[in-house]
Amino acid sequence: MFKKILIANRGEIALRIQRACRELGIKAVMVYSEADREAKYIKLADESVCIGPAASALSYLNMPAIISAAEVTDAEAIHPGYGFLSENADFAERVEKSGFKFIGPSPESIRMMGDKVSAKQTMIKAGVPCVPGSEGALPDDPVIIKRTAKQIGYPVIIKAAGGGGGRGMRVVHTEAALLHAVQTTKAEAAAAFGNPEVYMEKFLQNPRHIEIQILADQYKNAVWLGERDCSMQRRHQKIIEEAPAPGIPRKHIERIGDRCVAAVKKIGYRGVGTFEFLYENGEFYFIEMNTRVQVEHPVTELITGIDIVRTQIMVAAGVKLPFVQRDVQLRGHAIECRINAEDPYKFTPSPGRITTWHTPGGPGVRVDSHIYANYFVPPNYDSMIGKIIVHGDTREQALARMSTALAETVVEGINTNIPLHRELMVDAKFMDGGTNIHYLEEWLSKRER
Amino acid sequence: MDLRKLKTLIDLVSESNVSELEITEAEGKVRIVKSSGAPVVMQQPAMVAAPVAGIPAMAEVAPAAPVGHAVKSPMVGTFYRSASPGAKPFVELGTVVKEGETICIIEAMKILNEIEADKAGTVTKILSENGQAVEYGQPLFIIE
Repeated sequence: MFKKILIANRGEIALRIQRACRELGIKAVMVYSEADREAKYIKLADESVCIGPAASALSYLNMPAIISAAEVTDAEAIHPGYGFLSENADFAERVEKSGFKFIGPSPESIRMMGDKVSAKQTMIKAGVPCVPGSEGALPDDPVIIKRTAKQIGYPVIIKAAGGGGGRGMRVVHTEAALLHAVQTTKAEAAAAFGNPEVYMEKFLQNPRHIEIQILADQYKNAVWLGERDCSMQRRHQKIIEEAPAPGIPRKHIERIGDRCVAAVKKIGYRGVGTFEFLYENGEFYFIEMNTRVQVEHPVTELITGIDIVRTQIMVAAGVKLPFVQRDVQLRGHAIECRINAEDPYKFTPSPGRITTWHTPGGPGVRVDSHIYANYFVPPNYDSMIGKIIVHGDTREQALARMSTALAETVVEGINTNIPLHRELMVDAKFMDGGTNIHYLEEWLSKRER
Repeated sequence: MDLRKLKTLIDLVSESNVSELEITEAEGKVRIVKSSGAPVVMQQPAMVAAPVAGIPAMAEVAPAAPVGHAVKSPMVGTFYRSASPGAKPFVELGTVVKEGETICIIEAMKILNEIEADKAGTVTKILSENGQAVEYGQPLFIIE
C-alpha cells in the first residue's frame, strides 16, 4: 500500500480523497493555489504545498509544479481527482516517467478515450453499441460531408474529437446549415482543444443520459457497479444524478454492463471509469468514456455499499479487486444534488464569504463538501461547493429525504441553487422519473415566462 | 517533528482563538500555549530535533512580518544556496546585490533554476536552509 499520496486537486474531491487516504493509513499531501489557502482540507492536512497563484493554468494545471511538489514531499503516487489534469495523458505519462504512480488508467488508455473518434472506434470493435455516425473524423470534402449527413439522417450533431463533457458540439437540422456548422465547429475545436478534427452523429431527440460505472484492477479483473441516470442537465452540465435509472428493465442494463466490462478487459483498462450512453427507445448508444472518478460517484457508493475512491487507490497500489460481479448487489435508490454557488434563477456565479453554513443530517443523508462557516468561496474555479446525496429504500423515499435535507440546509452570504433543487424535487414529471436530457432546459425556459 | 511543521503549528495557534494545543506523534509530543502575546512552545525531552535554547526564537518567528523586501519563491522545489554542492553560496548575510543577480538555486524536476534578486540592496535575512523544500510564494530572502 502507498505510504504517501499527493492529491493534485481542490474543493470537495480533494477532501474526499484525503478522507480515503486517512482511512487507509496513507499520508496525504495537499496542493493548493494561493486562492485556496483557507480550504478546510488544507487546515486538516498532514502536509500541504502551495503550488502557484490563483489562476488554474499556473497552479492546478501546472504539471511541473505538481510533480515538483511530489518530489519535495517524497510522495509515491499522485491522485488527479476529476477535471484539471485527471484526463491529461501527457500528465499521466510525465508522472510515471518522474517515478510516481498515477492513480488512474495508463496514459495509453487515457489517450485512447480522450480522442472521442478513437474511443468510438475502440468501442465498436469491442461490441459496445454506438450512436450511428461518420466512420471516424469528417473529411474536408463537402460532398462526403453532405452524403454522410444524408445517410445518418437529420438532425445530426457535429462533435469535436478533442472535446467531450458537452463542449465543442453543434446541432444541424437542415442541409443548408450543414457545411457552415462543420466549418465553425472545426475552428472552435482548433482554438479550444488544439485539434480541429470533428465527427458526426445522429442527434437523438429525446434521450436519457445513462452511464455505467466500472472498476478494474491490474490483473484483468473488472466489474460494473450499476448505472446512473444523469439526465437532469443544464447546458450539458449535470445538476441532479440518481441510481439506479428509473423505469429501465434490469435485463437491458445488465446486458450493457456486461458489454462494458468485456470492453474494459479487452483494452486492458485499470482503475475506475465510466461509460456514458444516450438511451432512447430501449436502445443504448455509447457517446464517451470518462477515465477518472466522477463527481456523481457517491450515488453508486450508496446503492452498492462499495467505496469507489478507496478501491481506486487500492487497485492502483496493486491490490486485487476484492469482489467479483456477483458480489455487487444494488440496494435502494440514491439521488445527488450538486450545490453550486450561483443565483438559482439567473445562474450568475456567486462567490464570496459564506456567513452561515448548516448542513442536513439523519438516516440516509450524506454531505460531501469542503465548505465551513466563514469560508470564502473563491471566484477562480467552478461554482460547485458541495453535494447533498441521499439514499432511500425506494425512489419515493429518496425524493422525500432529499426534500427534507434541502429544507434543512442553510447557506447565507452567497447564493446557491438550493431553491432550484427544492422546486425540482417536487416537480411532477421528475417525481415520475425517466425525464430526458432536454427536460430541465425546457422546464427552466417555461419558468422564465 | 520537523521545523516546518512546528512553524505551521505555531502559526495556527497564533492566528486562531486556540489558546492551548497539544499534539502527540510517534516522534514525541509538542505543547503550544498562547499567553498574552506570542505562543510559547514546550517540547517533551523525547523530541531531540530542536534544542531547548532554540525554542524562544521559534516563538518570535510566528506573528512578526519581516521588514524590507521579501524575495519569494516563484516555484515549488528544493532551495540551494550555491550552484553546486561544496561551491561558495551565491550570497551571505550582508552581501550587496544588484537587481537581476542570481541569489540562489531552486531545483524542480531535476532542473536547477537560477533565482534572481528582484530588487537591489543588502541581504539582511536568509529564510530558508540549504536543501530545504520550498513552496510557491514562500519568502526566501529579505533584501533591504
